[in-house]
Amino acid sequence: MASAAAVGLALVPVAYLAVRTGEAGWTRIVDELFTRRVAVLAGRSLALAAVVTSACTAIGVGAAFLVTRTDLPARRFFGVVAALPLAVPTYVAGFAWISTVDRFEGFWPAALVLTLCSYPYVFLPVAAALAGGDPAQEEVSRSLGRGAWRTFASVTLRQVRPSIAAGALLVALYVLSDFGAVSIVRVDTFTRAIFTAFNVGFDRTGALVLSTVLVVLTVLLIGGELTTRARGARYARVGGAGRPPIRLPLRAARWPAAAALTAVAVLALGVPAASLARRLAEGVSRPGSLAEIATAAGNSLAVSLAGALLTMVLALPVGLLTARAPGPLATLLDRLTYVAHALPGVVIGLSLVFFGINVAYPLYQSVWLLALAYATLFLPLAVGAVAGAAAQSPPALEEVARSLGRGPAKVFRTVTLPLTLPGIAAGTALVFLTCMKELPATLLLRPTGMDTLATELWTHTSTASYAAAAPYAALLVGLAAVPTWFLSVRGGA
Amino acid sequence: MLSVTGVRKSYGDVVALDGVDLDVPAGTLVAVLGPSGCGKTTLLRCVAGFEHIHSGRIDVDGRRVAGAGPHVPPHRRRVAVVPQEGALFPHLNVAANVAFGLDRAARRSGRVDEVLALVGLPGFGDRMPHQLSGGQQQRVAVARALAPRPPLVLLDEPFSALDAGLRADVRRDVRQALHTDGATALLVTHDQGEALSMADRVAVMNAGRIVQYGPPAAVYREPADPWVAGFVGEAVLLAATVDGTGAATALGRIALRGPAPAGLHTVLLRPEQLRISDNGGGVAATVVRHDFHGHDALVQLQLADGTRVTARVLDTTPPVVTGETVTVTVSGQAHTFPPRP
Repeated sequence: MASAAAVGLALVPVAYLAVRTGEAGWTRIVDELFTRRVAVLAGRSLALAAVVTSACTAIGVGAAFLVTRTDLPARRFFGVVAALPLAVPTYVAGFAWISTVDRFEGFWPAALVLTLCSYPYVFLPVAAALAGGDPAQEEVSRSLGRGAWRTFASVTLRQVRPSIAAGALLVALYVLSDFGAVSIVRVDTFTRAIFTAFNVGFDRTGALVLSTVLVVLTVLLIGGELTTRARGARYARVGGAGRPPIRLPLRAARWPAAAALTAVAVLALGVPAASLARRLAEGVSRPGSLAEIATAAGNSLAVSLAGALLTMVLALPVGLLTARAPGPLATLLDRLTYVAHALPGVVIGLSLVFFGINVAYPLYQSVWLLALAYATLFLPLAVGAVAGAAAQSPPALEEVARSLGRGPAKVFRTVTLPLTLPGIAAGTALVFLTCMKELPATLLLRPTGMDTLATELWTHTSTASYAAAAPYAALLVGLAAVPTWFLSVRGGA
Repeated sequence: MLSVTGVRKSYGDVVALDGVDLDVPAGTLVAVLGPSGCGKTTLLRCVAGFEHIHSGRIDVDGRRVAGAGPHVPPHRRRVAVVPQEGALFPHLNVAANVAFGLDRAARRSGRVDEVLALVGLPGFGDRMPHQLSGGQQQRVAVARALAPRPPLVLLDEPFSALDAGLRADVRRDVRQALHTDGATALLVTHDQGEALSMADRVAVMNAGRIVQYGPPAAVYREPADPWVAGFVGEAVLLAATVDGTGAATALGRIALRGPAPAGLHTVLLRPEQLRISDNGGGVAATVVRHDFHGHDALVQLQLADGTRVTARVLDTTPPVVTGETVTVTVSGQAHTFPPRP
């Protein structure tokens, strides 16, 4: 019940979008939809998603394998470094590249930037799965005559397939909804077309219709991931021995492997860092800029915290339901949360602007409407974390606690919560980080006069004052790096 | 102390409990014995309050906890559970685990140390669960259930995860602890040895019903039907023609434990009632198989008419060889099954 209510609340913008689109009338919708431009946009968005997802899967799985399952030199260091690009917002990366490389525009540059920023979405879950996998199955495979590498391909990769699929889904959805990077490197995708229609053409209906196409693409992607999951079934560990995984010797490939990871790190972190450093160095400090930066940082922290807290409150019942009572209803609710996640922040933002003005006026111009936008956008991240954490507190423990005379609320407080808190904290950190990086919805929904690091950065970038933008970018990356570091350390990499 | 009357429970079309009646007197340990899927764990979960029953009623300590009227939630039933794998709270140390069901006054009364000593783990209060062996974890789980002196303790196959040598020790100590504390307990198990050795009374369950309820010796010697006979131990079932006080069988004439109407019956002997000798006397038989168990051996024999029977011989008797011909005698009386209702 609570889970349905939570998902319902998170889907308010989506519902509002559907209602507004419906108001446009069928003929208008058909006119907008079946045009050459829509086909081109859809093709380009899907191609970008396919290229980036494939590249992220290759880099993410490869890096996770090297870090968790081989004798790579400086494994722990690479484990943290490989997760850090999560702290670099795509628009910061795009801005860094475009101010470093001349004519860095078009499809492939966009694919490069998006891949470098989002491969940790695959790396983190796969590294965690590889580190926690059951060595017994691999030992059986080895004892049946399959070599180390064949075993990895035929047994280990299959064990972690659910994690790979989940990570790839996140990447694909992220690419479909990304706005910052594609705008900066000037690729026309759905998100950019929607933003242009809204912002430049004031063509609300056109933008809404384009948004629904994006929703349909999302549903198709989610359905696709669901079918791989059904075939994959569950990979349960039999017996409890938590032995460390088997590590493969890389021999001659040790240093080339380390060099490859270093190259990825240089591209993903080094280029933005160098570019920011250069801009910072040539930046002219203005009077009062320090106070402005401090205010923006404070605002960023405050709205991200509000967003993360609201998201976790909504995610708790859904995550617990998915973990405890798996079934068609739980799966449906879980999948529904992804629908809004794939929508561009700009659509969620505008939908909530209309919603705030027309339906919930007291909320309009308040931090809470922005927090609701964050909750809508990032609910799946939180639900996944809660569902994973709930596995740390099996139902048998709660039943024992009940049988010893403690009521449901007390059992939740004394047993379930202490056991699930670490996982929930990790989920909160992830949502917090993502809120901090979010740009378009923040631009639209922040209370008037309130600037965050992301919006200040955007304002300065759009007027091409790169030097003024650099301190905000640096601070944003620095602050975002803290929860990212926490996540990558927890990930067991 | 526990009274279960006509309890029914089904999951969709699958009937898990099909009219279960069971009375557990105060201070006794009753084992519910049955194969997997017979409904015994469902029965335990219904008594604990984790599942709702569809009809019938359950009373604990003279109080209606399930049936007509409200369903009492698990935490108000005062029925403590010891689950299969201990399920200690991993974030609490042993003392805090044991004190989990105690109020503040009871915690200070020394009850925690008392029950820890009872299960053979005095001074273990500061350990964390992951520092304990499987057997120790199970002992702590029992101590935790006993600590609040609940009217009823439920044990759900608590020893199945332990290895054989350890299991016997833990069983004995847990039985001792339950008795010393005067606890009333219901043990659910599929292990007939465990049920027969630990319990004061055994309820044999099959397909959602309790098919026999009595002291262990009675269940073993006088099972209600051939299925129970085979489930609680090795059974030698023979076709017999009953006439008054005895019966004619393939093993010769056998005395009966009680009177039975004349006619064709199936009678039960236990393998230890069959004696093997190689010096004549008794019925001739061929050794078909010999399963050595250490302290004893099970010898499968084929009689002249093709009937196969099993004899249990102690390791001290001269060894038998497969294919050899021996003679078999019967000691004691055979059990005749009561007529089906």
